[in-house]
Formats: sequence, structure tokens, C-alpha cells
Amino acid sequence: MSEFFKALVSEWQDFWFLAGRAFANIFRSPHYWDDVALQMEAIGVGSLPIVILTGFFSGFVLAMQMSRALNTYGATGQVGPIVMITLVRELGPVLTALLVAGRNASGIASELGSMKVSEQIDAMRALGTDPIQKLVTPRLIATCVMLPQLTIVADFVGMVGGFAISYFSLRMTASQYWTPAYQILEFNDFVQGLLKPFIFAIVISLVGCFYGMKTSGGTQGVGRATTQAVVVASVWVFVLTAFITRIFVNL
Amino acid sequence: MSAGAERVAQAGTVLEFDRVDLSFDVKVLDQVSFRVEPGETRVILGAAGSGKSVLLKAAIGLLRVDAGRVVLMGQDITRLEEKDLVAVRANVGVLFQEGGLFDSLTVGDNVAYPLENQQVRGAVPAEEVQRRVTEALRFVELEQTMDQYPAELSGGMRRRVGIARAVVTEPPLVLYDSPTAGLDPITANTIMALIAKERDAKGAASIIVTHRYQDGQIMADFRYNSERGGLIPAAADPSSAPRTIFMVMREGRIVFEGDKASLEASRDAYVRNFVRR
Ligand SMILES: Nc1ncnc2c1ncn2[C@@H]1O[C@H](COP(=O)(O)OP(=O)(O)O)[C@@H](O)[C@H]1O
Ligand SMILES: [Mg+2]
Repeated sequence: MSEFFKALVSEWQDFWFLAGRAFANIFRSPHYWDDVALQMEAIGVGSLPIVILTGFFSGFVLAMQMSRALNTYGATGQVGPIVMITLVRELGPVLTALLVAGRNASGIASELGSMKVSEQIDAMRALGTDPIQKLVTPRLIATCVMLPQLTIVADFVGMVGGFAISYFSLRMTASQYWTPAYQILEFNDFVQGLLKPFIFAIVISLVGCFYGMKTSGGTQGVGRATTQAVVVASVWVFVLTAFITRIFVNL
Repeated sequence: MSAGAERVAQAGTVLEFDRVDLSFDVKVLDQVSFRVEPGETRVILGAAGSGKSVLLKAAIGLLRVDAGRVVLMGQDITRLEEKDLVAVRANVGVLFQEGGLFDSLTVGDNVAYPLENQQVRGAVPAEEVQRRVTEALRFVELEQTMDQYPAELSGGMRRRVGIARAVVTEPPLVLYDSPTAGLDPITANTIMALIAKERDAKGAASIIVTHRYQDGQIMADFRYNSERGGLIPAAADPSSAPRTIFMVMREGRIVFEGDKASLEASRDAYVRNFVRR
């Protein structure tokens, strides 16, 4: 049992060490901008279709379910604001982060894991390249830039999904749906809606890199690292969203 | 002798381990001590998991030792910071057991990497890089693969590219981790001939980890003949006789150290496993 905790503490330390180095490298030469661009494309452009699909259907389903409940109070007109608040504050950031965790935390972990077991990371160090600078920092930057943008897309597409229900099934006009939805938004919601994806981005990229970089045990180890990265990143997304929401509710 | 090798010849010992301990969950290196002199060939034999790869990684500071001292190129690297290690490591070429070729780069870019990256020796001009990469690839007879990716090559060819990358800077010390593992005997002998050729052409010290006794035999008994190409028995050319020392590892300890004759004369049952008659 104490062995288990020792391992946990040492893993936790290693993670913060990696995180510290990755952040410090943002302000240190050399910068590998080519790698940043490459990662942005993999994370941003690559995830766009699935984010759009999921965003649309979450707004769609949300409006569908809400309209039934609201109907019992004769308040179906409130569907726009409710979908908006739920998407911007919680669902948009969390769903997008989970998708990106599934797609990219795993991708990062398996890519870095393969490099680790084929000793490419050792070779990098032997040849004078800092693997954190070359591999981790670009992925951190790229995810932090792309995830908030993906979240905005998901929020918007989700609103469109909600509008589809409101228009076709609730017979609302565009202004009946969109105007109150926009009016409900406060500054606080924007901050929360963009702070979350930013923090999730840090967690997803660093967790992916962490499990990738500490892969051992050949090809099997790469599979293990990939699974661990997705599970751990996803759990942290849930924990952190609850935590951040709690802070903002108290503000 | 290359410029690098000459520099070290003045500096004395190329690599020294002084009572080195290293452990992960269990002890992997246990009181390991040895010295490698310039131009020397050292063959490390030992069962899988006996700590051979760990020893090579500790030698260039990729792994930190828990106790003892590692001196590389006359510099104590035991507690050197990563950024200061870069300059010392530039004197060492490494062929990794798993290859370590960057699979996102072409063969040519892989071989150019040490020249472009190890700026400690001063920037190498672009046309000079190109010339030396071509030369290194010609050395391993793989010039034609310049624009291919490592994944497109066979296992033996990847090993040869790894050798080209390890020697392109003409380092005074080259580490070869299991250069013949997983290869057929013919390809394995080709690889060993290349390693002997590198040693005899450049006078670099070489450390070769292997489980094939023949590999050590080739290094001890043969020389590269630059006139005819190919290996000739060392006896036929006594003028060049670099030392070849064998070292046998068992569970992190060096259980034998000596030349080929004393290795073959050893009565130790474990050591005898690695000697074929
Ligand atoms: N990064 C590591 N983490 C934990 N254990 C390791 C690591 N690298 C090597 N080992 C262990 O150290 C021992 C020696 O490994 P190694 O030097 O690779 O053996 P070999 O002689 O076959 O090259 C093995 O038991 C191996 O499991
Ligand atoms: Mg090994």
C-alpha cells in the first residue's frame, strides 16, 4: 500500500517537473515553430469534423429535452438562454475537451511513446536536442491555441442545433430564439467559457506527453500509455470543470 | 587519426567508470569500474538484462548514476547539468539498440542531424554538411537511400544508417549497442566489418555491446584493409594492433575483464557461455 502511494507521489512530482520545464521552454530558445504549426493542424483541423458533429447534436438534444420540461411551465421561450448557458459554461468546453482528449491525448501519447521505445528520445538528447523543447512545448502551445477555438465552434454549432429544434418543432422565429439567448450572456460566462478550454488544453497536452515520455516495455507499453493518457486526461477534465464552476458560482 | 581522436589522445582516458552504482527498482549497475583508452576496442558481453544498455546510457549521462563517478573525455560528468553535457556528448557517436533513427526525417536528414545540431564544434556550412553526409552514407554503402525514410528500409539497412549517423562527426568514441542483434549472420558480419573499418580508418575508441562472440572475435582478430577493402586477419598486419578488451557483465556486475586469450581460458561457467569454440 505504501509502495502504491510512493509511486503515486513520485509520478505526481515527475508530472510537475515536466510541466515546469514545458512552460519554461515557451520563453526560451530555440523555438520549433514548424512543429507548433504541425501540431495545430493535427489538433485543430483534425478535430473539427467531430467537434462540429458532437456540438450540433448536443445543442439539438438539449433543446429537445429542455423544451419538454419548459413546456409544462409554459416557458418554451426560454429554450435559447438555457441552451446557451449550458453550452457556454459547461457542455461546450467539456465535450470538446473530452473529444480532444480522446483524439489527441492518445495521439500524443502513442507518438511520443513510440519515439521513447525506439530510443528516438534518447537519440535526441544524445545529439543535443532537448526533447521537452522539441516535442512537449509545441504540443502544449498548439493545444492551448486550438482548444478554445474549437470550443467556440462547438458552442456556436450547438446553438444552431438548438435553433433547429426551436424552429422546426417549437415554431419559434430566429429572433425569438437568438435574442434572449445572447442577452442572457454575461462577462462572467465568457471568462468561464474560455478559461476552461485553456486549462483543459494544458492538462490534455501535458498528460499525453507525460505518459508518452515515460513509456517503457516496447509496443505493449505504447498501448498502455495511450489508454492511461486518455483516461487520466478525461478524469481531470471532469474534476477541473467541477472545480472551476464552483469558483465561478461563488463569485 | 581524426582530429577528434588526436585531441583525446592528448587528454588521456576516453571513458572511465569508477565504482558506479545505478538502480531503478533493483540494482542495475553494481560497483562498475573500468577505463577505456584512446583507440581501444571494448567488447561487452552479457545476458539480456545484465545492464549493458544501461551502462552505455550512463556513459553519456542519459541516465544518472546513484554513486561513483563517470568521467567522459577527461570531464567528470557525474553531476553535470544537461546543458553542459551537450558539449561533452558531441565527442561520442551512439548506435542505439532500438535504432533511434528519427522516423519523421529522411535518411539524409538523420545523418545530417548531428552536424547541424552539435554546434559546439562551430557551425558546419551547408555544402560541407551535404558532403559529409554523402561521405558517411557512402561509407555504409547506402548513398542511394538519401531521400528515403527509415521505415522504408530493412533492419540491416537501418542499422547501417544508424552507424553513419553515429560516425558522421568523426567522434573519438563510438558506442554500439547490440549492432548485430536480430540480423542474419551475413548482414551481421557486414555490420561488424563496417565497425572495424570505422575503427581502423579513424582510430576511434569503440565500445561494442553484443551477445555474439564472433562479433568480438572479428574486432580482436581482424583489421580493415584499406587497399583491398574488406577484413584481413590481424596477424597479417601487425603494424596496426589496437587493443581489444573483453568485458562480461552479469546482473549489473563486471565478472570478467581481459583480452581474448584470457577470456577463452576462463573457467567461470557463466563467462564460458559467451565463448564459442
Ligand atoms: N528505464 C528503465 N526503468 C526501469 N528499469 C530499467 C530501465 N532500463 C533498464 N531497466 C532494467 O535494467 C536492467 C538492465 O537493462 P539493460 O541494460 O537494458 O539490459 P541489457 O544488458 O540487455 O542491455 C533490466 O532488468 C531492465 O529491466
Ligand atoms: Mg540492451
